[in-house]
Amino acid sequence: MLNRLSTYFYLRPRVVLALLLLPPLLWFLVVYIGSLITMLINSFFYLDGFTGKVIHEFTLATYAKLLDPTNLQIFRRTTLMAACVTVACVVIAFPLAYFMARFASPRMRTLLYLAVTLPLWSSYVVRVYSWKLILAQEGIISWFSRLIHIDWLLDLYLKLPGIGGPSLSVSATGIFLVFVYIWLPYMIIPIQTALERVPKSLLEASSDLGASPSQTFRTVLLPLAFPGVIAGSIFTFSLTLGDFIVPQLFGNSSYYIGKAVLVYQGTAGNIPLAAAFTMGPIVIMVVYLLIARRLGAFDAL
Amino acid sequence: MPSKIPAQPSGERASWGLKLGAFGAILFLHIPMWLIFLYAFTTDESAYTFPPPGLTLKWIPQAIANTAMQDALFLTIRVAALATAAALVLGTLAAAAVYRHDFFGKEAISFMLILPLALPGIVTGIAMRSAISLMHIPFTFWTIVIGHATFCVVVVYNNVLARFRRSSNSMIEASMDLGANSFQTFWNIVLPNIGTALLAGAILAFSLSFDEVIVTTFTAGNQQTLPIWIFSQMLKPRNRPITNVTAMLVVLITALPILFAQRITAGHSDSEGGSK
Repeated sequence: MLNRLSTYFYLRPRVVLALLLLPPLLWFLVVYIGSLITMLINSFFYLDGFTGKVIHEFTLATYAKLLDPTNLQIFRRTTLMAACVTVACVVIAFPLAYFMARFASPRMRTLLYLAVTLPLWSSYVVRVYSWKLILAQEGIISWFSRLIHIDWLLDLYLKLPGIGGPSLSVSATGIFLVFVYIWLPYMIIPIQTALERVPKSLLEASSDLGASPSQTFRTVLLPLAFPGVIAGSIFTFSLTLGDFIVPQLFGNSSYYIGKAVLVYQGTAGNIPLAAAFTMGPIVIMVVYLLIARRLGAFDAL
Repeated sequence: MPSKIPAQPSGERASWGLKLGAFGAILFLHIPMWLIFLYAFTTDESAYTFPPPGLTLKWIPQAIANTAMQDALFLTIRVAALATAAALVLGTLAAAAVYRHDFFGKEAISFMLILPLALPGIVTGIAMRSAISLMHIPFTFWTIVIGHATFCVVVVYNNVLARFRRSSNSMIEASMDLGANSFQTFWNIVLPNIGTALLAGAILAFSLSFDEVIVTTFTAGNQQTLPIWIFSQMLKPRNRPITNVTAMLVVLITALPILFAQRITAGHSDSEGGSK
């Protein structure tokens, strides 16, 4: 019986393929793609402000709401934050990635790789929590600034409009620091991968032809590492755009995209507006990915 | 002993600045984790004072006995176990289909599977929320599981596919030549071969589900998984010492299996975790 079934399948690879593919395909089409489509449909509905009920009629009014000055401000603020986080991640990640790819012994490299990936896999919420401890008014940063007598500088910094706040744990700077910390590994790994692929002979040729180490770095290594930087920035940018946990915990009353979506669908019960809002990061990411592809980032993934 | 090639005078050794930068980045990534461990033992009940005024072990039994924490923990484990099981089946099937066959839209499969992880979590979250509410399905334990399983599939898929690509087809052919049928071959040859890849994939999927918070926020009703519980404690700190200890427990629960998963796939060097 089993043998006959086995032969039946052996002779009909298409049937096997269909059987293999059907469950995952069905799951993803129904649960995931289906959800995305419902979200898209939802974004064309609108909330009746009077009854608080979602009206299932086609309208572009919900999208028009996105153009309110306050909502545009939210998009601008979030994109700026994502850009700053991305730049900071590149600056911090590059030396480590460069060291790992070029100078570390194989054993050292494995260790460093583990040291970079372990935070990536350990709990996101707990990693955010650790910054609650660090940035608190009575926390380690205040303690350290008192220790080296620069607490006046910290106080002065916190008085700055826009980036300051009552304490570091309630300020745009706090949000920025936590984002950089959380997404940093996503930047290190692609840069390291890109740098590792640069053949040594290329660097030797450059120096044989008379380039100084810094010239080689600037004209040979940096352009070749660039796709890795772009690949990493896709993660840091996209993740920052869509996060609501960090702004919720470290922000003041100013909204970011993620927080706005959460509030609109939650307390306001306005799923259409939340759905339309979510199209924002999707569009921004699609544009970003198209630019990235132009710059050759996908060769480094 | 073979003579070593002398190091190049220029550009072969890391400058002090570079070493400092690399070391600094590692410290930046790891010091916050050490603080979690330190604060689990602080005597401070109402603030995050550094340095801790004193150290104590008394919070650990209290945290473990805390029923709210226990409920959240067991819910999280049940969700993660079911999501992992679903991801194992779906991920392995998809990997087998993609590896063994050529078909139209093959490239699209990988793309579709990674989408829930690649797009911001809030997109997956709000998409599922709008679908669930549009169809008037109540938000339950099962909606959480379905959401989690969806983004866990890709880690299993990546691990199993990488293993398939590394293992040679000749073993399977030999098994068939020697008279085993497809099922015997699967059971005796294929399964043992991909066993550790499945285990590694399962561990990664479990830990991914275990600390997911963004999608969960949208797919849960009033159920509180452990990450959501910690999140709510951060928003309105009611019981800081218990939260501190729980944070440490979560690090241990997620980090140790990951180290183990790294170890079992190290021999094959195919632990493609993918992106989170």
